Order: sequence, then structure tokens, then C-alpha cells
Amino acid sequence: MRYAMAVDTKKCVGCSDCVVACQTENDVPIGYCRDWVVESTVGTYPQLETEIRSERCNHCDNSPCVRCCPTGASHYSDGGIVLVTKNKCIGCSACIQSCPYDARFTHPDGYVDKCTFCLHRVKKGMEPACVAVCPTKCMYFGDLDDPNSPVSKILKTRKYKVLAPEAGTKPNVYFLI
Amino acid sequence: MKEELIISGRMNPKIDPVLHAWGWEIPVYLFLGGVAAGLLFFAGLYFILGKENQYTSAVKKAPMLAPIALTLGLVALFLDLHHKLYFWRLYTTIKLVSPMSWGAWTLMIVTPISMIWAALNIKEWFPNWDWKFKIIKDAITFIEQYKKPMAWVMVISAVVLGVYTGILLSAFNARPLWNTSILGLLFLASGLSAGAALIMLLSKNPEERKLFAKLDLLIIGVELFFIIHMFMGFLASTQAQQDAAALFLGGELTAVFWIFVVVLGMIIPAIIEVLELKGKHIPVVIPVALILFGSFMLRWLITHAGQLSRYLY
Repeated sequence: MRYAMAVDTKKCVGCSDCVVACQTENDVPIGYCRDWVVESTVGTYPQLETEIRSERCNHCDNSPCVRCCPTGASHYSDGGIVLVTKNKCIGCSACIQSCPYDARFTHPDGYVDKCTFCLHRVKKGMEPACVAVCPTKCMYFGDLDDPNSPVSKILKTRKYKVLAPEAGTKPNVYFLI
Repeated sequence: MKEELIISGRMNPKIDPVLHAWGWEIPVYLFLGGVAAGLLFFAGLYFILGKENQYTSAVKKAPMLAPIALTLGLVALFLDLHHKLYFWRLYTTIKLVSPMSWGAWTLMIVTPISMIWAALNIKEWFPNWDWKFKIIKDAITFIEQYKKPMAWVMVISAVVLGVYTGILLSAFNARPLWNTSILGLLFLASGLSAGAALIMLLSKNPEERKLFAKLDLLIIGVELFFIIHMFMGFLASTQAQQDAAALFLGGELTAVFWIFVVVLGMIIPAIIEVLELKGKHIPVVIPVALILFGSFMLRWLITHAGQLSRYLY
């Protein structure tokens, strides 16, 4: 089992509903967020091209955060989802320093917090909160090992990219382009 | 033009707008750890070489500062932790792929050893020191027999500690400025240089001072060589590394790095040491203070600049 997500940059309008849904679902402290929306503009006026991406932890196959964690608090859970065990985390920020996506932050209670792909929902057969709430249905989630999962199907038919592949992290969040 | 904006307004403390997860605590610790490594390395080395009565500052006097530096460094490290009550989790895990994990274990070995070594040589600082309790005196006489293996452990763990302070940073994939294994050797050299400087400061023996001035000159030469190699490596690498190096090569940290670290911290003390060896008398505290300052600034700037360098955006 390998959980992955695909975000359609052609369909995303940047409404930030995914961000609010995540904050509500996961009780993210006020002023923090586990996912965020990036608007990337390339070109010279009037030839401008804009891409909108809903970003979060990439749940990398080769996670530097898991490798650098001195206590094993950062670990791979079901389907390769990267999680932090609160009472093993010492809050040393090693994982924050090693994440090329700046997807982690220190929770006000001291431990490091991040996107969990809503594993608690996924275990019940539901989609992650951000995917479920998206008004343009631009996000796809599922198991890459299952050829019939929404994410496997869409990756078969569309061109995609991942963020900073040169960092060698083998990310599992795909952006359809 | 390429512009990337987070339009959902992400403002995670210490992450946005610029990563600043580590403040003063980590560079202070890296400096103190490096100095302790330098002191313990020379203490162990010259004890093994049988020079304990010749080079008393190196073997007996200066290493007294090592446990103090290590303790203050550990306090700084502890202050940096955000989930402090769980710090003991470091010692329920051994994870070889995480430099922070084996660094924590190295500190567990090196700190008590530095304390024992200081206790064995306490009369060097306080000639009238009396341990008062018989049990402590017995323990000291017992440990005295094992000074040689202890010196070996000190030399080896000091090298590991010195390298670790650099490798700690270079293991973090996301920061191109840190992703160079030469950082381990550079920090080790800088720690040895700072250690040699402190030994010089505390030494009353002209022969010992001369030896450590020469050693220091050699180490400064090696350091400059490592710095040049570090930049060569960056400039021959990908855009991410080139951008990282640009912080010091024309970017915002150029002046502070080259003036404080290279000129004031290495070249001027080296010139003073050469003059000193040629017979001119310059107060030893000047080159020593400059070397310690340069050694600290190196860690301060590398820690700071690393957090400015990145792969994305």
C-alpha cells in the first residue's frame, strides 16, 4: 500500500477551502496550517502563465525528516504516510531543517506537527478532509498500488510533476499539469 | 520572471516568511562543542605522546575548560528543544543515520570523560584543592591507572564530536548550503584551532606557546583550504548550491563572512602568530580572541545562511 495524492493545477482555483477544512478537521492551532495554496506566475507581462497548487507534506518515500529524527518520533506509518509520535518528539527541529517543502512546524505545545493525509479518516474509508471538501474536485487520493484508485487512474491519463525532485525525496504528492 | 506566492496566507511561526527554526542556541552550542573537542583532542594527544609534564597547559590546564564549555553547550541545546520534558527520548534510541542521535550519544561519552579528566588535574588550577572524602580520593587514585586508555577515548571522541558539529548540519537535505560533507572537517579544524588558541593563552611555557602557534598556523591554512574547496564544490554544483554559495559570494552575507570569519578570524591571527614566531611581542590575548571570535562567527553565519538556502521557490 502506498498512499499518494494528485492535485490538478488546471482545476484548482486557489479558494483555500482545503486549508480551512484541514484546520477544522485536525484542530490545527490558530495561526498555523498544515496545507497551503501557492500561486506561481511565470513569464513577462502580458505573456504570463499562472499555476495554482494546493501543497502539503509530500509523504516522501525517501523522507529526510524520518532519517534525521534523532528519536524515531518521525516515522513511516500505514501506506508510507509520514507521522510524528508526539511523546517521542523532543522538538529539536532537525526534521524542520531537513524538509525541502517546509511542510512541518513546531506546535505551540512543543512537538512537531504536520499533515497526516488524514490517516484517521482514511482508515475509516473516507478521503482526507482537504480532498473531500474541494469545491472543484481538483484533488485525488488513494493507493498507488491499486490500479483502480482515483490517484492511480488520473496519473495514468495526465501529465504530472512533483516538487523539487532534485532534492531526492521521492515525493508522493503529484501535480497534474 | 517567476513569482511564487502563498495565497492562502501561510504564516507558520519560525517557518515563514523565512525559515528560522534555529536561533542563537545552536551556533553557540556548535562553537562550545567545537572548542571542547579541540581542547580534549590536544590533551589526549599530548598525554599519549608522553608530554604531560612538558606541555602542561595542553594536557592538564586547558582541558579544565572543556567540561565547562560542554555543560554550557548542553544548556544551550536544551534551551533549543521545544518539547523539553521528552529530551530523554534521545537516549532510548540509537539511530546511526541521524547525526543528531549519534551526536547525543557522543556527548554522553565525552562530557563525563572531560569532567573526570578535569578532576584528575584540578590541582593545576587550585594547588591546595582537597577532595575531603576518602571515597573520592580512592576513586581518583583508581582512575589514575587508566589515564592512557582514557586519553585514547578522548582523542577519538573529540574528533567525532568536532566532525559531528558540522555533519549535523550537512545531513539536512533541504538546505543546499549545508549539504557538503566538508563542513564536518571545516568545523573540526575550526574547533582544533580554537582549542590550540586557548592552550596558547593559558600556557606559561614559551616552548609550548611556540608549538601551539605553529600548530594553529597549520590548522588555519587547512581551514582556508577547506573554505575554498567548499565554494568550489558549490559553484560546480546545481543551481540550488550556486544560489546558496552566492549568499557569501556577493549576496547579503558576503561582507560579514569574509571580514569576520576569514580576515579577522583567520588571516590576521595568522599574521600575528608569524610575527610572534619571528620574535615580535604581541599580547597573546589578541590572536586568541580573534580566533575564538572567528570560530564563533563561522558557526553563526553558516547556521544562519543555511536556513536562507533552499531548493524550492
